[in-house]
Amino acid sequence: MRLVVEDLESRRSGRRIFEGVSFALAPGEALVVTGRNGAGKSTLLAILSGRLRPAAGLIRVEEAGERTLAECLHLVGHRDGLKSALTAGENLRFAADLLGARGLSSREALERVGLAHAHDLPVAYLSAGQRRRTALARLLVAHRPLWLLDEPTSALDVASQETLADLMKAHLADGGMLVVATHQALGLENPKRLVVEPAAARSHAAAFDAEGGW
Amino acid sequence: MNAFLALVRRDLKLSARVGGSGWLGLVFFLMIVTLVPFGLGPDLNLLSRIGPAILWIGAVLATLIGLDRLFQADEEDGSLDLMTASPLPLELVVLAKVIAHWLTTGLPLAIAAPLFGLLVALDGIGMAAVSVTLLVGTPALTFIGAVGAALTATIRRGGLILAILVLPLMIPTLIFGVSAANAARGGDIPFGTPLMILGAITLVTAVVGTVGAALALRQGE
Repeated sequence: MRLVVEDLESRRSGRRIFEGVSFALAPGEALVVTGRNGAGKSTLLAILSGRLRPAAGLIRVEEAGERTLAECLHLVGHRDGLKSALTAGENLRFAADLLGARGLSSREALERVGLAHAHDLPVAYLSAGQRRRTALARLLVAHRPLWLLDEPTSALDVASQETLADLMKAHLADGGMLVVATHQALGLENPKRLVVEPAAARSHAAAFDAEGGW
Repeated sequence: MNAFLALVRRDLKLSARVGGSGWLGLVFFLMIVTLVPFGLGPDLNLLSRIGPAILWIGAVLATLIGLDRLFQADEEDGSLDLMTASPLPLELVVLAKVIAHWLTTGLPLAIAAPLFGLLVALDGIGMAAVSVTLLVGTPALTFIGAVGAALTATIRRGGLILAILVLPLMIPTLIFGVSAANAARGGDIPFGTPLMILGAITLVTAVVGTVGAALALRQGE
């Protein structure tokens, strides 16, 4: 599948957040979205996930068969979508049932993010970083070609950040696509880059070689 | 179908665990029904005459328990994003959540109604009638409530607004529920007539409620 975004504009309660956002993603490609706080990075991801509607512009999915864009993606954002009263395993099994296209089992997915011991623990007992890793394990329990990650490294320690980088690389190698909003270096090789700038200033997508390994 | 059942199962599980409203609706129902005899005094004739109305008003109020969190809890923690990303249409997501809510509030109320009928001096036929009308009518209450819950999903402390929004809409259900229960205990109207209308209200709200709530969730930002 391919994702094409043209001239996207977002307004929230009449205020223009950003305009003129365009990019295209092919299998195996990653897009790193940067921009100041409040520039609209999370809004952009929310629009891509179908949660918010753009004020103008076009989002097109090509070669995705019968599936809509929402059925092709995973979103891991600030709100982790985990229920505190359920165990990590129950949360993941529910996500797998709901999203379809089963991938790893809940136990295997938690092992991959180094949380095998938390499988039967209620999420309420987990730390912020462990919750984030549980949310990231959701990426593995259902196959989805497009991952939308909003500040995925927040609350993660160095070892977990490396695990995340490995997961992202494996996903790209499998022909997956990534859109990541972050300020951290992610260890990706030559991702596309998009700078979202607030209001009047135009946003631009550039595929220039990243220095310092984004 | 798998996703649908998974959602029903999850909501049932959540209501049974810490922080869920599980049996609270039933306890609240008991409280209201117990308060009335204390307020009215021990006039058994009066109590048994207004008994079905008391039980029905109790059921309407008890349905509101936990209703404000029906979609709000999922909206706050991002689970709603997960449901939007599911191949399951949002209408079926609403239906699954409504079914789970009804199984933990409406159904226990209908089952417990005969027992609570004792408190308001109902006879055997009256108890059975209230139980049957609650069984037919409480789904309508939950479906109507779901629209209000979807509209107030993004509002903090939306519980009161929700109650003000949906209580007027529950009036027809209440009227036909009580009149069917009264008709069963004698009178000019046959039991079947108001019961059929009650059933019709439930069927109409099942369609309007799921579509309406899904629409409200899509609009909400």
